[in-house]
Amino acid sequence: MSERNAAGQPIALALGWVIVLIPTAWGVWQTIVKSLALFR
Amino acid sequence: MMMFAFLDRGRTIAPLGYDRWRVPPAALAVHLSIGQVYAFSVFNIPLSHALGVATPAAGDWSLSTIGWVFSVAIVFLGVSAALFGSWLERVGPRRAMFTAALCFGGGFFVGAAGIALHQFWLLLLGYGVLGGIGLGIGYISPVSTLIKWFPDRPGMATGLAIMGFGGGAMIASPLSVRLMEHFRTPTSTGVAESFIALGAIYFVFMMFGVVTVRVPAPGWTPTRHSTSGAATAARVAAPNDVAVGQAVRTPQFWLLWIMLCLNVTAGIGVLGQASAMIQEMFPGVISVGAAAGFVGLLSLANMGGRFAWSSLSDVIGRRATYATFFALGTVLYAAVPSIGRAGNVALFVLCYAVILSMYGGGFATIPAYLRDMFGTMQVGAIHGRLLTAWSTAGVLGPVLVNYLREYRIAHGVAKADAYSLTMYVMAGLLVVGFVANLRMRPVDARFHHQGVAP
Repeated sequence: MSERNAAGQPIALALGWVIVLIPTAWGVWQTIVKSLALFR
Repeated sequence: MMMFAFLDRGRTIAPLGYDRWRVPPAALAVHLSIGQVYAFSVFNIPLSHALGVATPAAGDWSLSTIGWVFSVAIVFLGVSAALFGSWLERVGPRRAMFTAALCFGGGFFVGAAGIALHQFWLLLLGYGVLGGIGLGIGYISPVSTLIKWFPDRPGMATGLAIMGFGGGAMIASPLSVRLMEHFRTPTSTGVAESFIALGAIYFVFMMFGVVTVRVPAPGWTPTRHSTSGAATAARVAAPNDVAVGQAVRTPQFWLLWIMLCLNVTAGIGVLGQASAMIQEMFPGVISVGAAAGFVGLLSLANMGGRFAWSSLSDVIGRRATYATFFALGTVLYAAVPSIGRAGNVALFVLCYAVILSMYGGGFATIPAYLRDMFGTMQVGAIHGRLLTAWSTAGVLGPVLVNYLREYRIAHGVAKADAYSLTMYVMAGLLVVGFVANLRMRPVDARFHHQGVAP
C-alpha cells in the first residue's frame, strides 16, 4: 500500500462506519421510541 | 465485459497493510438493506386497499393472498443461498453483492409495476422471486469474507453483519411508513411509488458494499496489532478444510441443520404472533400500543443478541454458546405459561427478550460454528446449504404456534391459556437441539480436503 493510500485509511474507515451507523442508529431510535409504549 | 471487470475477485484483493475494520461496513450495508424483508408486513394493509385506496374495493387482493409475497421471498432466500453458494466462492463477494443489489433493487421495481398494473403475479415475481434471490445471495455473500478477515474473532465478525439483517427491519419499517405517507394521494395508497424509492435507495446502499468490499490476500493473517496475545493466536489456527460436497455428507452438517432449524422454529413462531400473544395472555392489561412496544423490544433483543451472543461464542466456544441457547431456552419456554398465569408482565417480557436474543444469536453464531467444523475454504457455500433449515423453520414455527393455539381454543381452552401447550412443545424442541449439540464432534479426517485451497 502506498504512503498516500495508507494515510487516507483512517478517513475511509471512519466514513464507512458513519455511512452504515447513521441509518442503524435512526432505526434503533425509532424502535426504542415505539417500545416505550410498553412501559407507560 | 470490461465495464464489469471491477467485479472480478482479483480486483477485490486488499493491498498489504489494509485495515480489516473497513470490511464490516460493506457487509453491514448489504445486510441492513436485505433485512427490509422483515418489515414487509407494513405494506399488507395498504396493498389490500390498492384499488379502493381508503377501503378495500372489489378486485382488491386479500391479506392471505398478499401474505404469499413474503413467504415466496423467504423460500427463494433459502433456495438461492443453497444454489448460489458454490458460485459465490468462485466469483468472490463483490460480484455476488452486485448481483444481490440488482436482484433486490430490481425486485422492488418489478413489484412496483405489479402494484401499479394490479397484477399480483408480477408483484410475486418481482419482490417474491427476484427479490428473494437477492436476499439469498446477499445474505451469504459477505460471510466467508468476514471469517477470512477475522480468523481470531469469526463469531464477532459474522455477528456484526448478521446483526444488520436484524436491524434492517427497524430502518425499513418507519422509512416505508414515511414514504407511503409522502406519496399517498386520494387516488393512490403510495405503495408503488414507495417501492420505486426503496428499490433505488437499497440499490445505492448495497452498491456502497459492492465498491468497498475487499478479500484478504492469500496467506494473509492478522498482525500482532490487531490480535491480542497467544490465546488469540491459538484461535487463528484454521481447522481442516472440507469442500461443500463433502460437508453435506457429514453428520456434523445435519446436526447443525437440526440445531439451526429448531432454534429458529422456537423463535420465529413467537416473533410472528408476539403482538396477539401478549394481548391474549394479559387481557385488559396490555393495550394494542403496548403490544406494538413489545414487538419493538423483541426486535431490539433479536438485533442485540446477534452481536452479543456471537461475540461471546469467540470466548466460550460455539458448542457452549449453543448449549446455553437450548438449555436456557428450554427453561424460559417452560416457565412462560406459569409467569403468564401469575400476571407478571415484566418477567414475561424479560423472558421473551432473552429468548429472542438467542433466536438472533443462533443465526449469527452458526457461520462461525461452520468454520470451526469445516474450515474457511467453502464456508460461504456450506452456510448457503444450511440456510434451507431457516426456510423449513419459517414454515414449521408459525404453523406450530398458530395451529396449536387454534386447536386449544377449539377445545374450550381460554385464550389466555391457549399458548401454554405451544410453549411446552417449543421447550421440547429445544431439548432435541441440546442433544444434537451434545453429539457434535470434529469432522472425520476422511472428509478433509486433500488439495490446495482455491
